Order: sequence, then C-alpha cells, then structure tokens
Amino acid sequence: MKFVLRGHEPRWLAPVAVLVAVLVTLALTAVPIRLAGAAPLAAYERYLVTPLTSTSGLHEVLLTATPLLFTGIAVAIAFRAGYWNIGAEGQFLLGAIGTTWVGTTFTDLPAPVALPLGFLAGAAGGLLWAVVPAWLKRRAGIDEVVTTLLLNPVALLVVQGLLNGPWRNSSSGFTDSDRLGSGFDLPALIPDSRVHWGFGVAVVVIVVAGVVLARTATGVRIKAAGQAPRAAEFSGVDVGRLQWRCALVSGAIAGLGGASQVMGVQHQLTAGISDGYGYTGVIVATLGGLGAIGVVLVALLLGDISVGAQNVSLVLQVPAQLGAMFSALLLLAVLSAMSWRRYRLQWRPRSRSGGSR
Amino acid sequence: MSINLLALIGAMLTIATPLVWAGIGELITERSGVLNLSIEGTMYLGAFIGFLAAARSGSPWVGLLAAVVSGVVAGALMAFFVVTLGLNQHVSGLGLTLLLIAICEFTFRLLYAGDRPTLDDKFAVLFRGTDVLAQHWLTYVGFLVLAPVTWWVLRSTGLGMRLHAVGESFEAADVAGISVTATRYVALMVGSALMAIGGAFLTLAVLGSFTLDIVSGRGWVCIALVIFARWRVWPAVLGALIFAGMDALQLQLAITSAFDAVPGELMLALPYLAVIAALAIGGRTVRYPGSYLKAYRRA
Repeated sequence: MKFVLRGHEPRWLAPVAVLVAVLVTLALTAVPIRLAGAAPLAAYERYLVTPLTSTSGLHEVLLTATPLLFTGIAVAIAFRAGYWNIGAEGQFLLGAIGTTWVGTTFTDLPAPVALPLGFLAGAAGGLLWAVVPAWLKRRAGIDEVVTTLLLNPVALLVVQGLLNGPWRNSSSGFTDSDRLGSGFDLPALIPDSRVHWGFGVAVVVIVVAGVVLARTATGVRIKAAGQAPRAAEFSGVDVGRLQWRCALVSGAIAGLGGASQVMGVQHQLTAGISDGYGYTGVIVATLGGLGAIGVVLVALLLGDISVGAQNVSLVLQVPAQLGAMFSALLLLAVLSAMSWRRYRLQWRPRSRSGGSR
Repeated sequence: MSINLLALIGAMLTIATPLVWAGIGELITERSGVLNLSIEGTMYLGAFIGFLAAARSGSPWVGLLAAVVSGVVAGALMAFFVVTLGLNQHVSGLGLTLLLIAICEFTFRLLYAGDRPTLDDKFAVLFRGTDVLAQHWLTYVGFLVLAPVTWWVLRSTGLGMRLHAVGESFEAADVAGISVTATRYVALMVGSALMAIGGAFLTLAVLGSFTLDIVSGRGWVCIALVIFARWRVWPAVLGALIFAGMDALQLQLAITSAFDAVPGELMLALPYLAVIAALAIGGRTVRYPGSYLKAYRRA
C-alpha cells in the first residue's frame, strides 16, 4: 500500500478535501471544548450559528471581518504574484500610524476632506513599510519572506515608541495617542450599529482587486508570474516589475486596513490596534485560495467565529482563544487535505513506471 | 550617568540565553533547508508546558523535561507539514505558530482564569552574589556546552555532513544514499526541542511564572540572528550577545532615566534593522542553503 500521484483529478475531489478538513477541524476543536466542560455540539452552534441569527450579531461579524478583508486581500495579491509578503502586520500598523498622524495634526478638517486624507495617509504608511523589502527583492534578489517578517516587530516597536514618547496621550498621560479630530470619524455604514464605512471601502477594494485578478490581462500576468515565473518571463512578462508593483499595492491595502481600524473603531492609536490581523490575513488569503470571493468568505467565517468565540467565552466559560485555535487548525487541515488530494492510495504496487512520481 | 558594568554584563548573559538556545535550534533546522517560522510558537509552547509541568509537579526539572518533549512534538508536526506533505514552509510555520500560541493561551486561561500563578520552585542562580557569574545553569550549558558541541557536530561529524548535504543539495544527498526525509525530521525535532528549552528558560529560570506576552517576538529575533550569522554558530552567539547587550543597556537606562535621548524601542529594533541592513549590503553574496524553502520530491 502506498501513495502515488494522481494522473487525473476528479472534480469532486477539492470540495471533498475541504469538507474533510472542516470536519477534522471541528473534531479536533471538540477536545478543548470538552476540556472546558462544555458540550461540543452546543458550542459549535454558538460559535458558528448564533452570531448569524441576530441583527446585532451580524453587525459584529461584519465589524470583526473588516480588518481581515483588508489584510486578506493584501496578502492574496502579493502571494498570487509569487511575492511572499508576510509583513501585512507591520504594514497595517504603519497605516494606523499614518492615519493617526494626519488625524492628530489636522484636527479641524471637515469630514469630506479628512476621511480621504486619512485613508490616503494609511495607504502611504503601508506602502512605505512595503517599499524596503520589495526594493531589496527587485534590486538585489533578496528573499522577501525574512525582510517582510522582521519589519513586523519593528513596526510594533515604532508604535510603542511613539506612544511612550511624542504621542503619549496629552490629557490622560496613558500610552495611547490623543483622539483624532472628529472629522476623521468614519460614519456608520449601517445605522445604529458599529459597522463603519471601512467595511464599504474594503468591499470596494476587494471588488476592484477581484476584477483585476480574474478579468484582466494584468490578472493573468500576475497569476503566471506567481505560478510559473520562468514561463511568464519567457512570454514577455516582466516578473520582477510585476512583483514589485503587487508588493506595493499589497502594502498600501494593508495600510488602508490600519486606517480603517483607527478611524472606524479606536479613533486613536493604541499598542493593541492590530490583534494579529496581518498574520491572520495570511490565513484568510491562503484559505481563500488567493481569490477575492474566497477572501470575503473566509474573512466573514473568521469574523463569525471570532464573535462566536467572545460569546461562548461569556456564556459557556470556554476561553475566547478557541477562535484563534479554530482558524489556525482550519488553515493547517485544509492545506494538508489539499496536498493529499494529489495522491491516491494504491493497494498493490504495480510496475515501477506506473507507481513512480 | 553611572552604569554598573558588571551588572550589565550579567543581565546581558541572562537575556542572551534563550536566544542562544532557540537560535541554535533554528540554525540546525535552517541548515537542513527548512525556514522554521514555528519558532515563535514553539518557544511559547516550551515556556508554557515547562511552566505547567513544573507547577503541577513542583519540580523545575520535570518542567524542563516536559518542555523538551513538547518541542520534539512541535518539531515533528512541522516536519509532517513541510517534509511529508511538502506544504509551503512559511505559511505552515506561521500557521503552527498561531496554533501553538492559541492552544497555550486557551489552556492557560482555562486553568488559571485571570490569576497570576507562580512556581514554588524555580532553577536557582549559581554563584550568588557575583554579578557576572551569577547565572542559571542553563546559561552556562548554553554558552559552554551547547554552542561548542553544535559547532563541532556541524563541522566535524557525519551527522553534520549529512545535514549540510541535505541543506545544500537534497538531490545529491538522496543520490548519495542520505534520507532527506529522516534528516529533516531529526533536524526539526532536535531544533524545536532547543527552541522549547529557550522558551522554558524564561518561565523556569527567569520569571518563575507565566504571562501571555512571555516570548514577545524573541523567536523572530532568533530568525534574524541566524541569517545575520549566515548559518554559523559562533556569529549567532555573538549576535545574541549584542542584542542582549543592547536590551540590558536599554533596561538600565530606563531605570536610571538619566538618558532619555535614545528611546529603548529604537535599541530593541536595532537587531532587526541590522539584519535587513546586512542583507541589503551583503546583497547577493548572502548565500542561503541551497535547498532553502524547498520541499523534496523525487523526480
């Protein structure tokens, strides 16, 4: 009995692999739920279903999914081009810094000027943080995984340095910044809810990105650059330039996420402005198959689970980290299942040529 | 501004210890061609499991043993993903880090809901009263045993040669009859055990307690150190000392507060920036192991 590579992959295989991965994830998360003294089925219902059954729950899901939409599509664009941007976390933080800077400097601006300026500053911050690794990759061929990753803790240190030093709250003295000017408050997208216009901006960004990736020649080139760089180069695509551009766009979008979180939720800079959104963005992009629709679905799913996890921690005393556990497990399970679908089980070894891969 | 130099050196050695253990662990796995981004999570796991076992048994030795076992398990898991399944190394490493941290935080919240538990018994400092020599035995072993032994094994033994062969060219290693799979599994399991010891040092020796921000990016520092050292043991140890020295200095300056001009965050950011600068200056001359980031599949 051994695994051999499939010659032909049936259509039902990929969905079945995902289904198996979801079931495995649910089965594995039953262990911690049990340990916490709750019944798994009741807990699943609260995690996955309860947030979707009430209007306020749905609003919370949209609110929680908003930063993940930004970081998810940001990572997806870069990954698709074969540029492994692990730095969305840092780019998100720099976006938050950029927005906070304009928001606390030009406090008197009216909303029609302030909001676009805030987003622009956020995108500029994210872009700035993406430039160095992208430039090193393009000019010197330096691997971007390490450089983008290492700039994440640096970004957090920049935030902490600003909050401990020049941006310390001038009225309370706490280590969070002053409040942004009121013109920078993103209005509610849905009346009487916390869902803000950042969600709308995220959807616009994703629709544009989705159309470009799926429907234009640029999208085809990006895909080619990511999947078969040599072949793409041979057919006239400047892979280096394409990756450079995708890296910058990716950084700018992650920065928009930071802007949205500052202007829509916190209204000031705090050290905890990013709850690991950049890292979770890697999960969102990978699980979403690096596509726009996938990113939306996975971001909403993780938002749902995250809201559910808060709920469960209050009602059933199961710690809220179950949400993070679930998303990481789901990532690993889906990746594993998808890698297995390329193989089939062969019971008796046949001739060597038939079994080799 | 007066700085107690001996105390500074003593603090530097203590701060460098987890970086030496985990850094050498990362160095071993990277020598086999695997960038192990699960290091942050594995250190966290070692810190937590070590603490938990020590708290339950009353003995830091049991804690250390449990941490080693947890590290081996984490390494085997990582190897399963990137060697057996051939998954993308950075995504699975990051995923494993997120998973391990979530598991530890979940269990911690569950068991200690809100209170801050401390260990009855932690590893004591040797040679009390002398600033520089007053270190935990894990510090002595890390600098005086682990580093030279790893250096010697990598350089002069068959094991080291096998690791080198797999890391540089797995096709050639395979042709020469070296099992790529087995070598990478062993490298990841041993390396992750060392990372877990590095994490456990924080709870069992330094803090005697567990907090949710216990590792706070030390794993990423180790990744930086290993590349900065270009996959060599002694430069990695030196890098750990330099980073720890800046951290210790930063802590002292914060206490004396006679020197506000340089924010501590800037000094903490220096190792990361130094690595990026070294990569930028070294450019193409930084030679990664030949099979870096690649999964081996027989053609």
